[in-house]
Formats: sequence, structure tokens, C-alpha cells
Amino acid sequence: MDTSQYLDVFIDESMEHLDVLYNQLLELENNPEDKTIIGEIFRAAHTIKGMSATMGFQDLANLTHNLENVFDAIRYDKIEVQAGIIDVLFETVDHLNAMVKDIINGGDGTRDVTEVNVKLENIEKGNFFSNTASDVVPEEKHANNGSNLHSFTSLDEFELAIMEESLERGYKNYEATIYLNEDCLLKGARVFMVFEVLEQLGEVIKSEPPVNELEEENFDLSFTILLVSKSSADEIVHKINKVSEIANVEIEEFSLENYKINRNEEQEIGEVKEEKKEEKGSTSTDSVTTTAKKKQSNVRNTIRVNIERLDMLMNLFEELVIDRGRLEQISEELNHNDLRETVERMSRISGDLQDVILTMRMVPINQVFNRFPGMIRQISRDLNKNIAIDIIGAETELDRTVIDEIGDPLVHLIRNAADHGIELPEDRVKKGKTEHGTITLKAYHSGNHVFIEIIDDGAGIPRNKVLNKAIENGIITEAEAETYTDQQAYELILASGFSTTQQVSDLSGRGVGLDVVKTTIERLGGSISIEAEPDKGSTFSIQLPLTLSIISALLIELQEEKYAIPLSSVIETVIVHKDEIFHAHHKMVIDFRGKVVPLVFLNEFFNVPKMKEQDDYLSIVVVKRGDKWAGLVVDTFIGQHEVVLKSLGNYLTNTKAISGATILGDGQVALIIDSNALIK
Amino acid sequence: MTNEINGSKKVIVFQLKDEEYAVSVDQVGSIERLQSITRVPQTADFVKGVINLRGVVTPVIDLRARFGIEESEYTNATRIIIVYLEDMEVGLIVDVANDVIDIPEDSIGAAPEVVGAVDVDYIAGVAKLEKRLLILLDIQKVLSTEEVDELKKVEG
Repeated sequence: MDTSQYLDVFIDESMEHLDVLYNQLLELENNPEDKTIIGEIFRAAHTIKGMSATMGFQDLANLTHNLENVFDAIRYDKIEVQAGIIDVLFETVDHLNAMVKDIINGGDGTRDVTEVNVKLENIEKGNFFSNTASDVVPEEKHANNGSNLHSFTSLDEFELAIMEESLERGYKNYEATIYLNEDCLLKGARVFMVFEVLEQLGEVIKSEPPVNELEEENFDLSFTILLVSKSSADEIVHKINKVSEIANVEIEEFSLENYKINRNEEQEIGEVKEEKKEEKGSTSTDSVTTTAKKKQSNVRNTIRVNIERLDMLMNLFEELVIDRGRLEQISEELNHNDLRETVERMSRISGDLQDVILTMRMVPINQVFNRFPGMIRQISRDLNKNIAIDIIGAETELDRTVIDEIGDPLVHLIRNAADHGIELPEDRVKKGKTEHGTITLKAYHSGNHVFIEIIDDGAGIPRNKVLNKAIENGIITEAEAETYTDQQAYELILASGFSTTQQVSDLSGRGVGLDVVKTTIERLGGSISIEAEPDKGSTFSIQLPLTLSIISALLIELQEEKYAIPLSSVIETVIVHKDEIFHAHHKMVIDFRGKVVPLVFLNEFFNVPKMKEQDDYLSIVVVKRGDKWAGLVVDTFIGQHEVVLKSLGNYLTNTKAISGATILGDGQVALIIDSNALIK
Repeated sequence: MTNEINGSKKVIVFQLKDEEYAVSVDQVGSIERLQSITRVPQTADFVKGVINLRGVVTPVIDLRARFGIEESEYTNATRIIIVYLEDMEVGLIVDVANDVIDIPEDSIGAAPEVVGAVDVDYIAGVAKLEKRLLILLDIQKVLSTEEVDELKKVEG
């Protein structure tokens, strides 16, 4: 079977399920008793197993199979969750992750995992810890006893009534468990075929797992049904066996009396058991079922769309935005009422459309944040540090393209914080801090931007060391160092050439490669700043645009040339009289609301030909970068427009203060001014 | 090269001043009429700016300026040849785009050694066809960004 066409889907889904595995394992560590978590993990592992077997990634399938077995054992209380086990499970998931990464990079996901396989098998057999081995045996017995009980521990009144009535009418109630072949590929289809057979024989009252889960293949190899039928047990088994890929059918009469006795017993056992029973998902009360319902509706209401198709849609929409601009312009020129109304309507609709398309491309940053708890866990172990991670705002949404790019820089910054920010436990105690350090990851929206902060409560950044190193590496002169503010000094660690460490280590040095982080973020149209306080910690703040392709911009004119200034950096436009311009230190400045704002004459800066005669009034666009402001002197304001960001191509890479271009309504290209580069 | 059938090479021929140049058709995307060009500040002299090529912002360079031939007014015959190179897409402004022809491989000779010439790196060879002399261009070298960067530094 040629499976290459499914590879993308496989990769996407595997990554998702790996995320689930990581998250749920972390949850499990805190709530080792929680059966819903174990169920989630089991399902995720199971799905990966199925998919990888279908795709022919045998190592991956084997390892997940073992993982699944362990969870199966946990699920049925054969073994208990313990810290040591969790470690092995994390290790397993790390291996799985590496395998999937290998597949993404075109490999076949083979990897030597004998060691971890052996560990898993040992856990499954219950002899991972010798001291608990004795506990395991009785548990197992209990589980075996349990299998003789009915799998249906709770039936509602209606179901009971049907069965009582069927008995009165001479029907029989059966409980049948159907086992599928291990290599069964289309389990959902098999289930369907079995149900078809069963419906000829009688009526299926209930199934475990429920039918919708069966349809979604959310089960292992067996499922159990309650059947009302007149046929004999042998006949039923015989007919079910006619469906291919059925390994075995177990059937017995369902005794209502036994069920009632059992139920009464169980009710008497008390609350603890009650909870467990409910978690098995049979009753229709409580939060467990509500979350289950939520999940179902999620599954039903979403479809997976290839990101390329979304990109295509976006590109087409960009064309539409350009034409919309053109239409708006024409309608203004013609001043025709009907035309104007139509164009206005169209503008409004396409504005809504734009929102829809943009939100379609938005994904929660959770996708990136997910991997950090596991990473921090590993790092703290490697470094013998005690580090907790606190994630705030994981639901914050970002454009997919930004999400794809931001992962690596964040990994870098978090490693950096763990490695150089957080001190060793004993040092922390000496400083009077808690033994464990905390790294806080925080994401939130503000205006047209997303902010991501990496905050640690560690040692801060040693200003003098940074300055000395920067001088040593020739990035700044000693004289410059004197004038640097703390923040400027900290930001030196992002400068290229700051760190000359050649040694490639698993963990970054503070500053090693951080220039890459800065470059990546700036390429995305964002910025990064650092604040730190000795022994209190440091904060790295990243500001990113919500989307990369359509932005609001202020169009301005310099002589005959049109330029766009992203609205996100514009504070205000002002018109000032020549007399209000002051000279300060050979620079022209204005007093803008009590703040001295330096002026940049764009005509000069961009060498615009044919200087126009100076007016008595200057049109100024006040822009900001962080808390620094500048006034850009222009000839005319045209107005606010939505523009589609386009790159200048790979030929013009080093354009100063120009971050890209856009196509205006009349087909002309206007350059987009990168005002950040104009503010010193 | 894909277009070398029976030892010949398909090229686009264009003219700058009174000389004829040729680029391989493989590298040419299209030939466009002159359209309005948006100047990009602080780039090399020969970079005339960017154009809107059916929705793609494409840089254009003036080949006369690039080769150090004195510049002239653009006319009705002026064309922009869009060339592709790896991940780059650039328009070349030429006086006239003449022809698409096949040049037999064996008529191509090495670039002439020019004494005291400026920089003839971008000439890949010379083809003699009856009475015509075609200068084959190495587009890679013509567009070499390192050189462009160099120039920027010198001018900067």
C-alpha cells in the first residue's frame, strides 16, 4: 500500500498525540490516580500505534505498543503509577518524539530503543520495583476476578426495562465480547459489519465503548455489546465469526439478577469506588461526561485543512484586498452612488472575510508551549536544579506562520533561563530564596501584537560581566560601555558576536546563539527586550505581530513617492509650524506633549529626488519603538489602508529602514517603512 | 542543461547600445514592457527599484548601468526581461529584446581577454553566428549579491 500521501496527516496527528502524551504524563505525575488521564494517554498511544503500523514505521509501532500495554495495565489496576515509572514513560515519549522527528526529516523512524522497551516490559509485568512486586500480585488477581463480572456496571432504567421486557417475551439477553484480529486495519468498518450482523439477530442495547467511540476507532481490539435476541448463543457466535478479521467471540447470557446484586453491592462500597465507576464513562452525570461531550463536539465540528491550502486562500484574498483598494479608488473618482454603495458593501464583506481567514490561520500558542514542561523537567534533572514552569495564557492565538517560527527561539530562551538564570538550589537558599526556581511563560494579546514573556526568578544578568565581554569581543568601546543603561547592557547578550564560544554544548551559554533568537524575531517583524534585576531574576519580552501578511498602515507621500508606515508603530500624526522646531545637540526636535521627540526628515533619509520648497508647516508622523519616540517628517498624509505585506525578494536584502512592499489599488508598488530602524 | 538538444543552446537575444547579448531561456520567465518602477532608496545605482509583476514585487536592475554603459532614455522598445535564479527573481532592463535563437555549442568560444577592462566576470562566453556576435551572460554573476553588497559599501 502506498502510504506516502498520508504522510502529512500522519505527521500532523502524531505530533498532536505526542503533545497529548507529554501533557497528560505531566498531569499524571500530579494525579497518579486519575483514570481519565490514563485513558487519554492510552488512547493517544493507541492511535499512534495504529497509524504508525499502517504507515509501516515498525519501531514506532512497537514502542507505542509497549507503552500502550503499560497503560492498559495501569488502567486495569494491575500496576500503580509511581515516580520511577513516570520517568521511564517520559523517556519513552522522548524516543517517540525523536522517531517522529526522524520521519519528518525524511527518515523511516528507526531507532534503537531496546533498553526502554525492556524497561516498559518490566513495568508491565509489574517487576519494575521489587518492593512493589508483592503488591502487584493480589491486584492482578482482583483484576482477573473482575473480568468475570459484567463489563456493564451501570445501565439506566430504560435499558433495564427493555431487558426485563425481553425476558418476559421469551427473548434472551446476551453479553458478547468481540475480539478483532491484531492486524485489523479498518476497525471502524469491522465494527460496522459486526453490528449489521447483530441487528439481523436482534437488537443491540448498549455497547462498551459507546458506539460513537467505536466509530472513531477509539478502542483497542475488543468491544462488548448487550444484545437482545431469540437466537442461541452458538448461532450468534457463528454469524459474527462470518465477518472476517474477527479473532474471537465470547458470549454469555446476561443475568439481570446478578447485575442487580452487583450493583447494590457496589453502591454500598462507598464514594471512592463510586467515583471510579463513573470515570469508566458509563453514567451520564458529573464533569467527566461533560468533558467527554465537549470533546465530542470538538471532533465533530472541526476539519483538518492543509496549511498550504490556507496559504493559497490567503494569497487569493490578498489579491482581492488589492483589487478592493482599486475599486474604492475608482468609485471615489467616479462618484456614482450605486457604485459607491456596492463598493462599500463589498469592502465591509471582505473585511469580515479577512477576519475569518485570519482566525482560521490562528492557532493557540499552546502548541509551542506544550513541549516546555517536559523540556524543563529534563533540564532540571541534567543540571541538578529544581525548576518549576508556570504557563500563563497558553490559549493565546497566533498566526500559524508565526507559531512555526517562534518555537526554536523560545527553546533557546528557556534553556538560557534554566541554565544561567535559575541558580542551584543551595545557592538559592543562601540568597534567602525558595529552593526551587520558577520559569514563567506568559503570552497575551495587546492591540495588534502578541507578547510572550519568559520570566525567571533567578540570578539576573551580571551587567559588568556582559559589558566586559562585549568590550573584549569588540562590540562596544569602553567609552560606550560607560554610557550604557542597564537595559542596553543586558541587550548586548543578543548582539551578534557577543559570544565566541566555539564549544557546542547541549545547553546554551547565556548569550550563546542568542543573536539567532533576535534575528528570527526581527525577521518576523517583532522585537525583543530584556529587563533584569540582580538576584531577583530576568524577563525577556518578545513582541510579535498577530499576522504576517495583512497589516493596517498609514500611507504617506514623499514628493511623488508613496510609502506605508505600519499603524502598529504610529502614535499620532501632527502638523507643526516651522517655529516650533527646536535644535538640540545638532538635531531637530519638537516638543510633543511635553516629550522631546527627535525628527527624521524622510525626504533626506530616502534621498527623494527634487526637494520641494519647504512649507511653513511640517506634517509629522510620531512613531514609537518601545518607549522611544521619533517624528517622521513627510510631505502629505494619504490615509489609513489595509495593505498586503510583500517581500522585496531575495535580491534586495539589505534595504535600510524598508521592511517590504505592498501593491496599492492602482497597481503601483509602495514601500513599507520600518520605523523601528529609524529610531535610534 | 535541459535545452541542449543536439549540441545547441536556446537563448534570448537582447541589445544594449550596439551590442547583442544572450541569456539561456531556462533562466528567463517572461519579457515585459516597461512599466512604472518604484524607486527603492539606498540601493546600488543600477537597481532601478521594484515593479508589480502580476502581484509579485520584483526588483529591476538597469543592465546598461550594471555593465557601465552610459545610460539612455527608456523608449517604446525598452523591455524588462524577468530572469529566475535559484530563489531570486529579478527584472533586467534592456534596450531591445530581439530574438529567441538556437546557438550551436561549437560556435561558443571563451570570453575574450580584455586588456584593462573593468570586470567581465559575468561574460560566460562569446558566440559567433555568421555576422552576429553574441555575448553570453552568466546571470549568476550579473546578479551576484556579494558584488552588489560590495558596491553598496563603497557608495554607502
